[in-house]
Amino acid sequence: MKRLSALFLALLVASATLFAGCAPKVTSDTEPQQQPEGQQEGQQGEAGTISKEDMVVGFIYVGPIGDGGYTWAHDQGRLFLEEQLGVKTIYKESVPENQEVEQVLRSMVDQGAKAIFATSFGYMDYVEKVSNEFPDVKFFHCSGYKTTANMANYFGRIYESRYLSGIVAGMKTESDIIGYVGAFPIPEVVRGINAFTLGAQSVNPDVKVKVVFTSTWYDPAKEKDAAISLLDQGADVIAQHQDTAGPQQAAQERGAFAIGYNSDMSEAAPAANMTSSVWNWGPYYVEQTQAVMDGTFASHSYWEGFSEGIVDLAPLTANAPEGAAAKVEEAKAKILDGSLFVFEGPLKDQTGAERVAAGVQMTDQEMLSFDWFVEGVEGKIE
Amino acid sequence: MIRMAKQGNMTGRKAAAIRVTAILLAFLASSLFIRILGHNPLAVYGSMLVGAFGSPMRIRDTLTVAIPLTLTSIGILVAFKMKFWNIGAEGQILMGAFAASMVAYNLGNLSRWVVLPLMFLAGFVGGGLWALLPAWLKMKWNTNETIITLMLNYIAIKWITFLQYGPWRDPASMGFPKMPNFASGAIVPKLFGIQAGFLVAILFVVLAHYFMHHSKGGYEVAVVGESVDTARYAGMNVKKIVLTALVISGGISGIVGMLEASGVNHTLNASISAGYGFTAIITTWLSGLKPLVVLPVSILFAAMTKGGGYIQTVYQIPQAAAQVLQSMILFFVIGSEFFVQYKLVFQRKKSPNPQEGGQ
Repeated sequence: MKRLSALFLALLVASATLFAGCAPKVTSDTEPQQQPEGQQEGQQGEAGTISKEDMVVGFIYVGPIGDGGYTWAHDQGRLFLEEQLGVKTIYKESVPENQEVEQVLRSMVDQGAKAIFATSFGYMDYVEKVSNEFPDVKFFHCSGYKTTANMANYFGRIYESRYLSGIVAGMKTESDIIGYVGAFPIPEVVRGINAFTLGAQSVNPDVKVKVVFTSTWYDPAKEKDAAISLLDQGADVIAQHQDTAGPQQAAQERGAFAIGYNSDMSEAAPAANMTSSVWNWGPYYVEQTQAVMDGTFASHSYWEGFSEGIVDLAPLTANAPEGAAAKVEEAKAKILDGSLFVFEGPLKDQTGAERVAAGVQMTDQEMLSFDWFVEGVEGKIE
Repeated sequence: MIRMAKQGNMTGRKAAAIRVTAILLAFLASSLFIRILGHNPLAVYGSMLVGAFGSPMRIRDTLTVAIPLTLTSIGILVAFKMKFWNIGAEGQILMGAFAASMVAYNLGNLSRWVVLPLMFLAGFVGGGLWALLPAWLKMKWNTNETIITLMLNYIAIKWITFLQYGPWRDPASMGFPKMPNFASGAIVPKLFGIQAGFLVAILFVVLAHYFMHHSKGGYEVAVVGESVDTARYAGMNVKKIVLTALVISGGISGIVGMLEASGVNHTLNASISAGYGFTAIITTWLSGLKPLVVLPVSILFAAMTKGGGYIQTVYQIPQAAAQVLQSMILFFVIGSEFFVQYKLVFQRKKSPNPQEGGQ
């Protein structure tokens, strides 16, 4: 046992060095993007521009790209970027929200990345730290609030789309109970639930939205179980703020209906899905990558909605109630021309107390730190 | 008929042959798998090495993973030597980090020379107490330590998550659930670009070696592991030995939590333990419960993790496939241990004496 372990290690090291010998030859053919540290400076042109050939864009995902939801939507954006600009992209899936983020970021910079999109909230502090280490690389962090000279943050007003999907759900429900599977009780999720509820109430004032939190972004089984518990409580439509189509499938198995999120989930549950609130990251990725290549990048906080096309509502399926499409189009047009603002008073909280006075619109700051549910939501934020 | 028989004294050469075969088979099977994925196996292996050791930055990152693996393995080793199956290092890491963070958040503005030693101590106590609980339960009611330590992991994870969403949420985070970052006095400094915790890791490897092989305490732990009855017969206080060893075992994991929170993450959250508590079970086992072997095994394991991560971005191999690769290598290497310790006897009419055959 004793000597053998040592022997085994020696062998492993030996075989490692053996392979190391042939590594550079082989990899240099297939991996032209690998450059030693410190060479990136020389790659940049006089005016800080970067040529298409030298541009490498990194993406860090919190789930696998096959999740059919959140990460899949980001990856579609990456593919769109490759197609539009012809730049090289690299990505890493399932990166946990801990120190590994830093290591992956550095590794990508080492592989020549000039711009990196980090697509989960929990990456924020690590991105901030690494952005200070590499002032020449531009970092984009999704769904947070911090910026540095070379770190921007970006997100979309998906609540606009949530409001529309709420209209569909509100018209469809017969029990007047809609189930909503949420990941975490954080402002992003709370905002979506509130917008969805307001949309549903706009066509069906009696509607109640029951919320269950799963404490995970990505866990198909857990998400599905949460949806089943809501169906057991009488919900006949399921909405979700989760990364997979688990809740959609739960609805389908029970003969109920569902509203998807992140990507068009109609294929995952064809008999249940009515529509989905979807992300369309591609245009932003193209715009920002181009800015980095042109040397015109400026740090920013990006938070746009329908007007910029970063969020959308997937086409209504045959499961959607009659007349819903017209209602949705009408509301969308109003949102676009500014005559409808989702979070405009009067808004009451769960206790019935007025939180936003009639005619007053919530500020971005207030929406970004949403920590209360509107009247009609059944659930607790804690 | 085939049956298993305990291997007699195997010559070093034969055992080595088995292991070499295992490694060759591992590479062969992995190569096949890489080929199926459509890549050149040699190029992929080369890239794994580049990813782990290809530049000073990569070496630093590999060592950053190797530090907690080494320390946690040492902690687990102390318990395993006693055949106390402590699967709870993950929770002990988190509770150590919790206790250290309590110091960091309350006294973080004091001098580093005061705060860091206090955090170190708190980390040891936090992890140690979390391991003392299952040890005490086992002594008192003979509970199954594997189940209890495993379940305590989840309690620790949920406890940290509760703090993150509740009492310890950073008021400056605009409603987002994150805990504040530590003040600079509560952050373990870097040495050669790596957190200074590597000194602690090396120190504990040496201490554990001395303790296990050259001290009365280590001898007692080994005897209890071999036979509790023998230990009792020899007049040892088994209860005291088990409880003390588990406090040391969990305490070392608690120090890992302190180092990871302070030296690497600069904050506390439920994912700072990063699965080290589970991975270290493998590295401890691979080291054959030898403290001095723990260090190289942990570095190699960290290299495999980093290399596996690197090939994902270089070849766009899905994460799941990269993990299949790592698992195949482990499967063969750990599997070979079976053939070192046991042999398969093919029984015919006249069955050979299992103690003699095969030599």
